Amino acid sequence: MTRRTLRRLLGRATLYAAAAALTAFAGFPFYWMLVTAFKQNRDLYVGASDLRHVPWVFNQSPTLDHVRLLLHGTEFPHWILNTLLIVAVVIAVTVALAVPAGYSLARLAGRWGERLGIAIFLTYLIPPTLLFIPFSRLVSLLGLQNSWGSLILIYPTLTIPFCTWLVMGFMRSVPWDIEEQAMIDGYSRLAVILKVVPRLIVPGILSVVVFAFTLVMQEFVYALTFISSVEKMTVSLGVPIALVRGDVYHWGALMAAALVTSVPIAIVYNLFLDRFIESFTMGAVKG
Amino acid sequence: MTRREPADPPASAQPALLARGTLADRGELLGGLMLAPALAYVALLAGIPFLLAIALSFSDATAGSLRFGWAGLRNYAAILSDPVFRRALWNTIVVTVGSQALVIVLATAAAQVFRASFPGKRVARFVLLLPWAVPVSLAAIAWEWIFDSTFSVINWTLKAAGLLHGWLYWLGEPTLALLAVIIVQAWRIFPFATVIVLAGLTSIPQEILEAATVDGAGFWRRLFQIELPLLLPVTSVAVLFGTVYTATDLGVVYVLTGGGPANSTHVLPTLAFQRGILGADLGQGAAIAVFLLPLLLVVAILMLRLARHTEVGVR
Repeated sequence: MTRRTLRRLLGRATLYAAAAALTAFAGFPFYWMLVTAFKQNRDLYVGASDLRHVPWVFNQSPTLDHVRLLLHGTEFPHWILNTLLIVAVVIAVTVALAVPAGYSLARLAGRWGERLGIAIFLTYLIPPTLLFIPFSRLVSLLGLQNSWGSLILIYPTLTIPFCTWLVMGFMRSVPWDIEEQAMIDGYSRLAVILKVVPRLIVPGILSVVVFAFTLVMQEFVYALTFISSVEKMTVSLGVPIALVRGDVYHWGALMAAALVTSVPIAIVYNLFLDRFIESFTMGAVKG
Repeated sequence: MTRREPADPPASAQPALLARGTLADRGELLGGLMLAPALAYVALLAGIPFLLAIALSFSDATAGSLRFGWAGLRNYAAILSDPVFRRALWNTIVVTVGSQALVIVLATAAAQVFRASFPGKRVARFVLLLPWAVPVSLAAIAWEWIFDSTFSVINWTLKAAGLLHGWLYWLGEPTLALLAVIIVQAWRIFPFATVIVLAGLTSIPQEILEAATVDGAGFWRRLFQIELPLLLPVTSVAVLFGTVYTATDLGVVYVLTGGGPANSTHVLPTLAFQRGILGADLGQGAAIAVFLLPLLLVVAILMLRLARHTEVGVR
């Protein structure tokens, strides 16, 4: 074996080791959710100082008890429905407002559109943790305490800025030719927007839907501030706050809930990742 | 986005072509109409609360009544002399700097790994991105279980490997609890940073790297003298976002430690929540949150400069 092949092998081995280590770090909590969700209690609650009991594997046969408890003995199914309902309304509002705005910035606004686009994007950086206190005043003025109305009103402030930017970026990547041709063929500007653009913009709308979906699923601060009754909670609020019965943590059910909720979000998010990243880098990188 | 030459619809050529001047053809007007609802929504429900956040910090407003009295700098004086606040401010800095340092190292390493091709890469990439897509509060509850005082799998593993002889009370001891928060924040942000750096790597012209290789530059030389400098703008974008996400995050600390033990692990958002919402002292809560503003301003300015630098966005 020459020195060269040895070096290559060594490089390959380092690559695999690094890939394995990084993936393990990222994935470990999810593996832990999976194991915890299906372990029997007597397999689960063995103190970590007992070195003969290996916690990484199933020492007893797996069980569906925790999942059953989650689905039949808790408000979890309610939280899922609540979240989906809020998601649906927020998506509708976001699409209705952000898609025309993004199109306008890309095609109609001309030079000041670019500056305005950046200004809108920067509001995405204003964090909920700065705004939840003034919002609490606003919400009590409107009488929306402990109601979904508060979340439905506020969530679009999170989704609209980024989604407007997303649609603008998307439209910029769509060649102008088709709309131009339609106008040469005698369509008015408005007719182009109503009849030609909808077909072109569908993928952009899809990524808006996905981004709004994941953002609402992930949101915690506003839900924590405004929703106090357990039956009205969203998933990401109910699971960490209300699934704990008194001081008793049902870790099996908790981890089952975390797993069932996060994996679908992760799958959907992954499908659209490249477009999101392109927007996050503000075009500094060609995706 | 690719910046093609006719990025703006040829506003000058088009009226000449179709100078009908009806309402349906006035692009600028249509543009304004399509933009107005979104602008109004954001201005009303992000802009005004933003100003209200600052105004509230100078008031004695409480959650109980809708009264709004001027309190001058009293809230600021109160929190600045409060050791819990000073600790929270310091913790916010420590957690943000600590986690972002980890993020830079992890993301640079991960980008180098994931640019190569190897069997199972698609699955590995999916797993790598899980932490970024999972809701913060659910990730935090999983980590709380991982750091559990009795059942911590980390403790078991360290003990089984012979590395730990005593016991680590992860969330029960201030230093360890902060370390735990830093680990979780880095864990949740680095996948996002990796993808951004990876996108930046692919945009480095291949010829530069080939030329360097021909000239005899090895892996480390290429990494430190060519790639990292060229990646600086993209890495900065990732770190700027990471900084905002970490410094303004409430979920991780709230779920993991609740600010305890004995208020030692509060960060600004959790303390603002405790005082402003749970304690109903809106004025003081707002004043605490306002300390996030300088950070956000710096980030916004740096973002704008980066955008200008990389020849996109504002010119």
